Amino acid sequence: VPVAVIGGGYGDRVVTAHDEPVRSATGQPATVRPVDGDPGDPPRPVYFDAASAAPLHPAARQALQAALDDGWADPEKLYGVSRRARHLLEAARAVVAEAIGCRPEEVTFTPGGADANRRGLLGLLRGRRRFGDTLVHSAVEHSSVLHTAAAHVAAGGRAVSVPVDRLGRLDLSAFRDAVTTGGVAAAAVMSANHEVGTLQPLDEVAALCAEAGVPLLVDAAQSLGRVPVPAGWSVLTASARKWGGPAGVGVLAVRAGVRFDAANPARPDPVPPVPVPLAVAAAAALRAAMASAEAEAARLSPLVDRIRTTVAATVPDVEVVGDPVHRLPNLVTFSCLYVDGEALLHALDRRGFAVSSGSSCTSSTLDPSHVLVAMGVLSHGNVRVSLHRETMESDVDRFLAELPGIVAALRAQAGVTDL
Amino acid sequence: VSTVDTSGAEPGSTPAVEVLDCRGMRCPLPVIMLARRLPQVPIGTVIRVLADDPAAAVDIPAWCRLREQEYLGSAADPIHDAPGYDVRRRH
Repeated sequence: VPVAVIGGGYGDRVVTAHDEPVRSATGQPATVRPVDGDPGDPPRPVYFDAASAAPLHPAARQALQAALDDGWADPEKLYGVSRRARHLLEAARAVVAEAIGCRPEEVTFTPGGADANRRGLLGLLRGRRRFGDTLVHSAVEHSSVLHTAAAHVAAGGRAVSVPVDRLGRLDLSAFRDAVTTGGVAAAAVMSANHEVGTLQPLDEVAALCAEAGVPLLVDAAQSLGRVPVPAGWSVLTASARKWGGPAGVGVLAVRAGVRFDAANPARPDPVPPVPVPLAVAAAAALRAAMASAEAEAARLSPLVDRIRTTVAATVPDVEVVGDPVHRLPNLVTFSCLYVDGEALLHALDRRGFAVSSGSSCTSSTLDPSHVLVAMGVLSHGNVRVSLHRETMESDVDRFLAELPGIVAALRAQAGVTDL
Repeated sequence: VSTVDTSGAEPGSTPAVEVLDCRGMRCPLPVIMLARRLPQVPIGTVIRVLADDPAAAVDIPAWCRLREQEYLGSAADPIHDAPGYDVRRRH
C-alpha cells in the first residue's frame, strides 16, 4: 500500500523532547562520520545550518529506499508498475496537502523552493494582469522572490518593497498602504525569515490582503514542519530539504479559485517532473516533522534562547539580531563587531561547527545580506546558527564554550581588541 | 587620513573636517578605521568615511548606533568618486 511507505517506520513515531538521535556504535549520531581519538584530528562535526538544509530524516531515507524499489516507473504510463508509481506520488501529494491544510489537487511538486517561488509569483502576476502589474513584497523575502520581482520590473512591471523594523518585522502600515493602492496583482510575505528567524504577522497580512482582494503568496520554506502553517494564503511554497526531506523537491500549492495562470504561451515553461521516490521521501519526512514539530520546538527553542543570552553575555561587542520572541524555534543570528565574517566561518569550521553567514565577504556577489541591510543591523562578523532534530544540547554547550575564544582570537589577530 | 576642505558638501550640516579614505577596503575594515580615528578627534568633529564596499552603508550607521555616535548620513562625495558617510563624534 503506497501510504504505508510514507506513513511507516519513523513517520508515525512521535519524537519526544527526550529522544536522542539515532546513534552509531561509537556513540556518534549516525549521520556523522565518527572520528578516531587522534588528538590531531578535528573535533566532532556539529552541523548548525538546518536553514540551508536539514539532515535527511530517517523516515525520508526509509521511504526513499522503499519508493526506489516500488515507484521507479514513469507515473504517466498506463500499465501496472506505472500505476504503482502514480499512486505513490498521489499519496505523497495527499500527505503534503494535509500538512499545509489544502486539497491534494492544489499541490504541485517542483524541483525546489526557489523554483516554487518563481512559478508561484509568475502565475499570480499573469493570472491577475487585468487587475494590475504591481508586486508587493517584504524587503526581507528570499532572493528567489526578489529576483522574480526584479525580472518583473525589467519586463515593464512594478514592484513595491515594504520595509521591516530593526527586528525584521514587516511594517504593517506601509504594507496596508501598498496593497490598498490600485493596480496590485499580488503580494508576497514569508512566514519566517531564513536569515534571522523573525516570524511575520501573517494573520494581519492575510486580513489586509483579503480586504484589498489581493492574492497572497506565503513562502513557508523555513516554517513548514516546525511551526503551525499560517492561514489565509492563496499560494504557499516550501522546500523539502528544510524539513528533513531530500534536496530537489519544492512545494507549490495554489488554492482553487485563485486567478493563477501557470502557462505563458510565448515561453512555455512546464514544471519538470519531480522523481517519484524523492517526492515520497519528502512527504514521509514532512509527516514525521509535523508529528514531532511541537516537541522539537519545545526542545530547541530554549536552546536558541540560551544561545541568544549567552552569546550576548560572553562575547563583547556582539549584536544578537532578529525578534527574540516571535521567531522560529531553531534559528538565531548574531554579528560580531570588527570581525570578518568569512574568517569567523572558517575558524568555526576548523573547530567542527558548520554555520552560515549573511556577511558580504561570504556571499558570491560580495554584497551584504539584503535582510541585515533592511533591518539596519551590523552585517559584518555575522553568524547564523540553525538547529535541527539531531542537534544535542552538548553541541550547543560546546559552541557556547568555544565561541568567545574564537572571536577573541580573531580580534587579536586583526589588532582591534582596543577598540 | 587626509584633511580636505569639503565645506558645503552634503549631507551633514557641519562640514566634515576629515576624510578617512577607505576606498578599496572590505568590511569590517572601514568600520575599524572609523573606530580607531574618531576618538582621536575633538568632540563635535565630523569625519567623512569614504568607502565603496556596499556593506559600509549598513555597517557604519550600525556602528554609530552601537557606539552611540552620531551618524549624519551618506552622499556621493563631490571630490572623491565614492560614497561618503558622515559621522560626528558625540562623546
